[in-house]
Amino acid sequence: MQKRKHLLVLGLVAVLAVVLLNLPAGAAARLKLALGSLFLPLFGLAGATGHTAGKLGDAVTPRSDLVRELETLRRENGELKVRVAEKEAIERENARLRDQLAWATQSGWKLRPARVIARDPANWWRTVFIDAGSHHGVAPDMPVLTSDGLVGRVASVGLLRSQVVLLGDPACRVAAMVKESGENGFVSPMPAHLADNRFVVLNYLTRAAAPKAGQAVVSSGVELKPGQTVLSSGQGGVFPNGLLIGQVVDTRTVGHGLYTEARVQLAVNLNAIEEVWVLLQ
Amino acid sequence: MKGLHTIAILGAAFLTVFIEAQPGGVRHRLGVQVDLLPALVVYAALTADLATVTLLAVFGGLWFDSLSANPFGISILPLFVAGVVIQRNQELVLRDQAYARVVLGLLASSFVPVTTFLLMSGTSAKPIVNAGTLWQWLVMTIAGGLFTPVWFWCFGRLRRLFSYPTMPEHLYRRDRVIKRPRRI
Repeated sequence: MQKRKHLLVLGLVAVLAVVLLNLPAGAAARLKLALGSLFLPLFGLAGATGHTAGKLGDAVTPRSDLVRELETLRRENGELKVRVAEKEAIERENARLRDQLAWATQSGWKLRPARVIARDPANWWRTVFIDAGSHHGVAPDMPVLTSDGLVGRVASVGLLRSQVVLLGDPACRVAAMVKESGENGFVSPMPAHLADNRFVVLNYLTRAAAPKAGQAVVSSGVELKPGQTVLSSGQGGVFPNGLLIGQVVDTRTVGHGLYTEARVQLAVNLNAIEEVWVLLQ
Repeated sequence: MKGLHTIAILGAAFLTVFIEAQPGGVRHRLGVQVDLLPALVVYAALTADLATVTLLAVFGGLWFDSLSANPFGISILPLFVAGVVIQRNQELVLRDQAYARVVLGLLASSFVPVTTFLLMSGTSAKPIVNAGTLWQWLVMTIAGGLFTPVWFWCFGRLRRLFSYPTMPEHLYRRDRVIKRPRRI
């Protein structure tokens, strides 16, 4: 009798799991967001607690430290003001030249700040939740970045929160290029045997005959070297060009010598991100 | 009391999922997020009925998946199978012994992620599997095993808070026998 009861319940749970797993993607995403929104009060509470703790910490910071920090910030502010003025002059010149050549003008970036409120509890994904959703103008596939560089893209959007897929997740592939050579490839997770979440791989770089053994030369004739900068190339349509991804660490030949791939150290420490910017436009 | 116990277990599952999704903490230090739901399933399977184990597997799994990139509902079956197998054999387990709890916690915490992985291989999801996965699985197993007795301790404390204190047995009994030394 007891065994039959166990088997019956097991059958019911198995049917429920199969039904849920076979839901259409849109319905499953909506259900996920609805169920996940139960946690919103707790996320809010955790955020408020952190904020209060931070304020308490501020209250006990010595005045001398604050004065020193204020001085540093003033100096930095002065430098940035000069750079902004310089950039504005370049922008004006750029706009004038574009106008003369009848090129389409580029619109400026519209950024929305957001706070990371949760990380994926499973170890086999790299996603985070941010406290900005469709209510704040966030939409799927929008790039997410910090002042250090690219972080990932928005995967799904709720009213007040969104899920962001981080670089290095199989669901976040970025068309990228090496700044120094202009060589294009795309960024994907590290191969299974070289796991480290600080790195990604820039692959499908073309390969040319190297003058010396051990050199990785791309078709443009430029040698790939450690320290070279990797930026988003703007191809693919999701990420605009020029977003910093990281730096080349080393290179190797793959695909029976057909192409080269570079190990790239990410510019952003994805384990420690707290605040991000969503690129709305 | 039985209903309260079920609610307490579900509440613990909800809080566990929330804490596991918090940035920083253990994940930041070890590079692994420890999953305590299998350990909670062991506790529920040894102390509660089948309905509670089922509710815990369904809601715990759904809450977990709602904050994860997992396919929705994938975590239900591994948690439920672990719970049902232990629940069916709970009379054979020395459930008051800490080592038995640790062993069951180890088994459940190693079984659940592996089964979730196997189930996921049948879907379109492509989780990150690499050399670090083995390390993650090992840490999850050990932490889950060690935390199982902690769940028993926490719920024991909670039960004591909500139940009347047990009175010590009175010395007076109707069938008491008074032994007196024989008079000479």
